Amino acid sequence: MQSKRLGWILLAPTLVILFFFGVLPFIYVVYVSFHQWNPFAVNPEMVFNGADNFRQIVFDPAFLNSIGVTVMFVFFAVLSELILGYVLAQAFMRDFPGKAIFRTIHTLPLIMAPIIVGSVWKLMTTPSIGIIPKFLDEWFGITMNIGTSAPAAFATVVIMDIWHWTPLVTLTLIAALVSLPPDPFEQAQIDGANKRQIFWHITLPMIAPAVVATVFIRLMDALRTVDEVWMLTGGGPGSATRFVGVHIFKEVFPKTNYGYGSTISVIVLYLTIVVCWLLYVTMLAPRSKKD
Amino acid sequence: MKKRSPIIGIVFWSLISLLTLFPIYWLFVISVKPAVQLFSTPELILSDPFWGNYAKVWGDRLLRSYMLNSVIISTGNAVLCTVLGFFACYALSRFNMSGKESIFFWTITNRMAPPAVFLLPLFLLMTQVYAVGDWNLLDTRIGMILVYCTFNLPFAIWTLRPTVDGIPKELDEAAYVDGASAWKVITEVVFPLCRPGLAVTLILTWVFAWNEYLLAATLTNFNARTLTTGLSEYVTSTGTEWGIMATISVFTLIPALIVFGLVQKHIVAGLTFGAVKG
Repeated sequence: MQSKRLGWILLAPTLVILFFFGVLPFIYVVYVSFHQWNPFAVNPEMVFNGADNFRQIVFDPAFLNSIGVTVMFVFFAVLSELILGYVLAQAFMRDFPGKAIFRTIHTLPLIMAPIIVGSVWKLMTTPSIGIIPKFLDEWFGITMNIGTSAPAAFATVVIMDIWHWTPLVTLTLIAALVSLPPDPFEQAQIDGANKRQIFWHITLPMIAPAVVATVFIRLMDALRTVDEVWMLTGGGPGSATRFVGVHIFKEVFPKTNYGYGSTISVIVLYLTIVVCWLLYVTMLAPRSKKD
Repeated sequence: MKKRSPIIGIVFWSLISLLTLFPIYWLFVISVKPAVQLFSTPELILSDPFWGNYAKVWGDRLLRSYMLNSVIISTGNAVLCTVLGFFACYALSRFNMSGKESIFFWTITNRMAPPAVFLLPLFLLMTQVYAVGDWNLLDTRIGMILVYCTFNLPFAIWTLRPTVDGIPKELDEAAYVDGASAWKVITEVVFPLCRPGLAVTLILTWVFAWNEYLLAATLTNFNARTLTTGLSEYVTSTGTEWGIMATISVFTLIPALIVFGLVQKHIVAGLTFGAVKG
């Protein structure tokens, strides 16, 4: 092992950049979270109000509702993405004509900006100009209006998320499946295991870390989503799609309640770190230490 | 296992591709409609395309400068994050530094921050703290490149870690024995071996930077404005010019498509997010 100094030198630029653009703003946000403040007012003055914001948050129905909606959103979207992504990844493990083209097509949504995705889905689903409500109405007689129906709006956001992010899950799972050693599968087939047994007892445990890592990335990104949902539904109707990211955005900009918005951010960031840390230490870290 | 007919695969994938492509197709349809037709009953099949929006966007000098800014910022940011991420991963992987696993986890927490409230502190820092005389970081390309590091650098580190860990230490040691300097080992032995992982990191960070909206909308005014913020300028109080917006969207897609197409085959090889150890 060479001098540790070289290690720190190599790490230094990363630490410096993250300190100046990540840690300093965070300290500022923590500071503001103990204040009542509207920076957009004519006379912006920070008023220290101790832990009032934190006390308020515990009983704030709007905040608790946004957490609930977010958890539901993450659950439905990430679960569907995992199942669909696994099926597609398995399908890509076989050879078939045109595989490269299909794989390229399948990864296309990944390169689209969230704000564009939000706009397109808005244009497709807005009643009277959108193509989807028109065909649902003509073919099945279903009226879909994401501007007034909470379930329709929620479902649209979930479907949009599935459309946008399943490719990432597929790619991660392909990477995991490609790197699996063939021996356990051959052995299991010799022992007469059926497909379901192979999946539950061999494939799934072996790709579990990749699954957790995917959940990890998606969870993190779902909690900070703003532009996509903001563009499509603006958080509505009511609070049906008001996920925490959107909720904070609304608290800070239209409502100009910066102090309280900071408090929510600190709490949300804390919860995210705790959940991700638990996932990390239980599922990812032990595996990477093994060798 | 018995061999399946390729027809099933092709039919299955054609259906999936249709679903995947439809919103992109619809974006194109919107972009070739004149504003008056937008609010008539939607038709599935495109008839009589109108190229006025494209002429308008192509002729807009402002948008061309936004495009250039986008290219410079995302390329600069992707290269910076990939290189620094690689150095960081090498340090974390090869040296026995105290608390390095905590540092590793800490980096990703920078990506978890809900962006809305971080806009103001970044704005204040860039206008008042990171300033020399009259010059400050706000609305500069280098400023945006550095700001985008907050979400892209942790991502780069987490994507590259398994790749760097996967290169056997014996290779470094052999090179040291042969008298190579540390710099030579890093740049000429380890770096080339990590190419698949580096390619993936480069492309994904590039795409994330290219597509970022909220930070760019707040931290740039004119000089460093990017294409995604150019989009939002067409959402006005008098109504949104959806046709123009869709046209710009198509324009933002093309460079991303080209970059993505170039490294398509590396993507799977390098994308393991610290999860899979070969």
